[in-house]
Amino acid sequence: MNWTFEGGIPIYLQLMDSFRQAIASGEYQPGDKLPAVRELAMEAGVNPNTMQRALQELEREGLVYSQRTSGRFVTEDREVLTQLRRTLSDRCFSAMYEKLTALGMDELEIRSELDRWLKER
Amino acid sequence: MSEYGTNVLLQCGGLSKRYGSTTALDRIDLSLEGGRIVGLAGPNGSGKTTLIKLAQHLLTPSEGTILVGGMEPGRQTRGMVSYLPDRDFLPQWMSLKDLMRFYEDFFPDFRPDKAEEMLAGLQIPDRTSIKKMSKGTREKVQLILTMSRDALVYLLDEPIAGVDPAAREYILRTIVSNYNPEALVLISTHLIADVEPVLDEVVFLREGQVLLHENTDTLREKTGMSVDAYFREVFKC
Repeated sequence: MNWTFEGGIPIYLQLMDSFRQAIASGEYQPGDKLPAVRELAMEAGVNPNTMQRALQELEREGLVYSQRTSGRFVTEDREVLTQLRRTLSDRCFSAMYEKLTALGMDELEIRSELDRWLKER
Repeated sequence: MSEYGTNVLLQCGGLSKRYGSTTALDRIDLSLEGGRIVGLAGPNGSGKTTLIKLAQHLLTPSEGTILVGGMEPGRQTRGMVSYLPDRDFLPQWMSLKDLMRFYEDFFPDFRPDKAEEMLAGLQIPDRTSIKKMSKGTREKVQLILTMSRDALVYLLDEPIAGVDPAAREYILRTIVSNYNPEALVLISTHLIADVEPVLDEVVFLREGQVLLHENTDTLREKTGMSVDAYFREVFKC
């Protein structure tokens, strides 16, 4: 997993993003057990309370769930996982869209250029 | 993992310390809870070391109160506070092995197994004599010994200043993974960038006063900057 942090964004939010990425990419499979908070905190080099907060928020979003005695697991809900992938890809598209419109391209041009680029790549 | 309780382990009320005509701490009110890692940041001469020394009973207040675990610093509190001074305190003539025995004799809460594990992690053999160690290695050893106690309060005065960046990371992980989850860890530093990800809270000191005391993630959100960048802005020369 990627554990680098940027300046002005709360670290728990950045940790949540690392998990989203790892879950969407399949690095963590549906139903996988997550390591203990302390272990994850040590791996990421962050405060255990911060890691705990990130995981609690992910739980609230339904991406992970806890089982009282046995720990935290990645959701097996296909719908949640599909939605996650969509959210992450939407984020990439919107960043790309912003940059391309800043170059003066309209939607039509973006579509055709994207097609061309995908073929030539 | 500690939930957010209200277990205050270090409390200062109107705390002042003067050295002759110099005021090192100026009517400080501060309350720090267990289960937190707190950064104590400020430029040179802002009062960081003075505050830590007051908590360790190496100094006595000129005015006001300081309580550690609800008690005035003294003999009783020493047993529950693990203190790392800002300078070399290792006796030169000892070997690391001797030193470990010394710690075991001296501190009932010292955990040699923990210390050995950390020393192994940094590849420091325990036959080495202190005299032959580099400055960085001595600093690592001091920190390891300090963190190997099951204390309630850890006072770390500039724990990573002289250590190389790779070991710094290891040491921070060591702090995160080894402190008792109910304990308070207070780390004084002017190298905030290095410790920022492990901090729950940060306290900025300026000219002996508390300029701010905030949750680090809240501060990052409020300022849109890293705590380190914000520190540089606040203390710009």
